[in-house]
Amino acid sequence: MITIDLKLFVTLSRYLPKDSDCLEISKGTTVEKLILDFGIPLELVKLIFINGKKKDPGYQLKHNDRVGLFPPVGGG
Amino acid sequence: METSKIEGRYDRNFNTLSLEEQTKLSGSNVTVIGLGGLGGGVCEMLARVGVGHLTLIDGDTFEASNLNRQLLCEEHLIGVFKAQAAKDRINAINSEVIVNSLKEYLDESNLYERIKNADLVVDCLDAIDTRFMLQKAAQKASIPIVSGAIAGVTGQVTTILPGDKGYELIYGKKGGKQSKGVETKTGNMAYCALFVAAIQSSEVLKILLDRGDILQNKLLIAELWTNTFDIIDLI
Repeated sequence: MITIDLKLFVTLSRYLPKDSDCLEISKGTTVEKLILDFGIPLELVKLIFINGKKKDPGYQLKHNDRVGLFPPVGGG
Repeated sequence: METSKIEGRYDRNFNTLSLEEQTKLSGSNVTVIGLGGLGGGVCEMLARVGVGHLTLIDGDTFEASNLNRQLLCEEHLIGVFKAQAAKDRINAINSEVIVNSLKEYLDESNLYERIKNADLVVDCLDAIDTRFMLQKAAQKASIPIVSGAIAGVTGQVTTILPGDKGYELIYGKKGGKQSKGVETKTGNMAYCALFVAAIQSSEVLKILLDRGDILQNKLLIAELWTNTFDIIDLI
């Protein structure tokens, strides 16, 4: 197992699990699997960032990664 | 050398700005598209700081739901064109700014013509698909875009220079097909709109003055419930 810090923004925050800042997940988990495991509709996630850098859904999570999932924001 | 007909107008800009920089701002030409929560804040700040030429574009009129956050919206202005209110407001605070206000919506047929003479364009739109159209026009005109967007208490800002991938990096390749984001569920708060407008205004000044660090290929994300501020590398 590895631990990550997961942050879900705006409307995605309703899917945030408990202890999300120190979340235990299986080694080798991809961001896409993480999204599906927590029941987040994949199409709602427009931007994935890991440790401050944009990544693809296929990125394999590493121990201590800071993970942010961001929906489409378009208001003015 | 005096930079304003009103002595002392720009005193508090010095020496954050040099006289040369203040003069450069007076000769600058910025187009602001969308005069709602973001655009109202941006045009006010740019006029106060001394950007000399502003083109302000919005085809919309005020409604009661704008009162919670839009600086330009006042109770007696319900039903009035936002572009007219913006022109009146800028004239009242800095009559030396030359304002061109256009009461029209922009689309692929007129965007390029409206922005081609600007030094840069500020994206304060409320529709994602129109943002993609704006990027296409700005790329053709070879001018930068400073873009802001908000939902609830979350805001984002990025700067797109000619040749950059821009919105595709934020909304995905198919992002241009959707109009609205999650703001339809969250509404928009005044302090978040003005926070983002302030960051956009700062980006505008840095580009005009070729000074400081800009958010090219980066996305500033602010989430105000948790005081989370991130700058994401988009490439």
